[in-house]
Amino acid sequence: MRTDHKYILDMIEPHSHVLDLGCGDGQLLWLLMKQKNCQATGIEIDEKAIYKCVERGVTVSHGDVDSGLQDYSDQRFDYVILNESLQEILNPEKVIMEALRVGKKVIVGIPNFCSLSARLQIFFLGKVPVTKGLPYTWYNTPNLRFLSIKDFREFCHQRHITIEAECAIGPTSEVHIWPNLLADIAIFLIKR
Amino acid sequence: MSQDQYVQIQSYTFAQPPNELVLKSGGKLGPITLAYETYGKLNRDKSNAILIFHALTGDAHAAGLHKDSGTLGWWDPMIGAGKAFDTDKYFVICINCIGGCKGSTGPSSMNPATGKPYGMSFPVITIEDMVQSQKRLMDHLGIKKLLCASGGSMGGLMAMEWAVRFPGTLRSAILIATNYKHTAQQIALHEAARQAIMSDPNWNQGDYYGKAVPAQGMAVSRMIGHITYMSERSMEEKFGRKLQGKERVGYDFSHDFEVQNYLHYRGASFVQRFDANSYLYISKALDYFDLSEDTDLLTVFKGVQTKFLVITFTSDWLYPSYQSKDVVKAMKANDIDVSFIEINTTYGHDSFLVEIDGQSRLVKSFLENIK
Repeated sequence: MRTDHKYILDMIEPHSHVLDLGCGDGQLLWLLMKQKNCQATGIEIDEKAIYKCVERGVTVSHGDVDSGLQDYSDQRFDYVILNESLQEILNPEKVIMEALRVGKKVIVGIPNFCSLSARLQIFFLGKVPVTKGLPYTWYNTPNLRFLSIKDFREFCHQRHITIEAECAIGPTSEVHIWPNLLADIAIFLIKR
Repeated sequence: MSQDQYVQIQSYTFAQPPNELVLKSGGKLGPITLAYETYGKLNRDKSNAILIFHALTGDAHAAGLHKDSGTLGWWDPMIGAGKAFDTDKYFVICINCIGGCKGSTGPSSMNPATGKPYGMSFPVITIEDMVQSQKRLMDHLGIKKLLCASGGSMGGLMAMEWAVRFPGTLRSAILIATNYKHTAQQIALHEAARQAIMSDPNWNQGDYYGKAVPAQGMAVSRMIGHITYMSERSMEEKFGRKLQGKERVGYDFSHDFEVQNYLHYRGASFVQRFDANSYLYISKALDYFDLSEDTDLLTVFKGVQTKFLVITFTSDWLYPSYQSKDVVKAMKANDIDVSFIEINTTYGHDSFLVEIDGQSRLVKSFLENIK
């Protein structure tokens, strides 16, 4: 199981209604259905991934994350997941606010663009970093937004969004000290 | 192919006067005969039945081979042993709609009151009336709850109508290339096709049975239809500017281009297989359909428990994706379990008949996950 999936799974109560924005082939939702008896719904832009989702019995809608949330009523889901998709979204602020409207809690997984290796590459090489967690070069990256763990905390603070739990993950395991320097990704559990 | 693999048409007659079916228009129709075919076996608790709805000029022969004519069903790649609608598991039923001309009561049927074909004295029917009559057949077969109802184009309208009208009787529905109401463009295209038939002198106010049929009008109506079923891209890929049996254009009004020949061929074969009045009546039923006519679409789906799979095609300009997206939106607002996919194809509206791989994968796994 993917490390981030393991931590997300731990954050979710059994029998919850979960919406995964940018759910890919439905792997995480399938795990939530199998292991936590959750009711799983996904939104995904890639047609090929939709077939996989349907094969897994995951309810899925073909569409983009930016416009996919408006169809749902307030507090419709127990959890809305935005894992590894926030950085590819055109309007992340609007999507997070919409996610907090349709979901009682929101789980946000972000890549940390200010990890140590990234900082070293910028400082010593004078180049935009290419790391294991951020494998793209400037001309082929799907990422539209570049943020760090600190940036996301600040965003939440400014908008009075409560961070209920936070988990920073490094190359091998959870990072407890200096996460903004040592972690590759972070997962936040937030609510209004 | 072995003997038992041939399929046979069956029929059920009901609504004998004075207990005619009361139609949406206020008119009455009876007796009604429905022609239908079944594939696979109904299980003991009658829980594996799937109803397939045909499109405008379709019929009950959805799958398998007819012994006499040797024709394959119109959705044969999708229905059969091991196929998407797997007849090893499911009992699949397809019914010719009322107003049709392939065994079910329609304008070409004998009116028992006069001993002559109904013609234009046939009452105007609606999608709602078709579904009502189909429910009567399900009651007759003792099927209280369908595992699934599915269809493309007009078939999708019927599946949607069924889900809304009989909410407790449908566990799932697969809506393909369809809409919840006919738009101005869809009505306009039908009107052009109807006028082609009605302006043919042989149409004779619908009274042509036993005489020359309005062949020219029907052919033109079918040409219009076929253009709307394809896409600009699929026509370009299939025909381009290829010439028909000649090296150079003739500078006359003969068939220069292959696409002309194709349309003429389609038009001529339509005359052989369909009834002009049926086309008028069924196309009108489509135009009248509006699931939201009495209220908004959001309210329409209130209380519906059916699980949906909605499929559209990128190149379908006759029933464009946004129309289905409106349906999906209304379902989501009602907390209905709905999956939606827009399949990337070039085949246009016809995709639901010819794009088999993607649809098969989706339908197969969707059905396997119906609890």
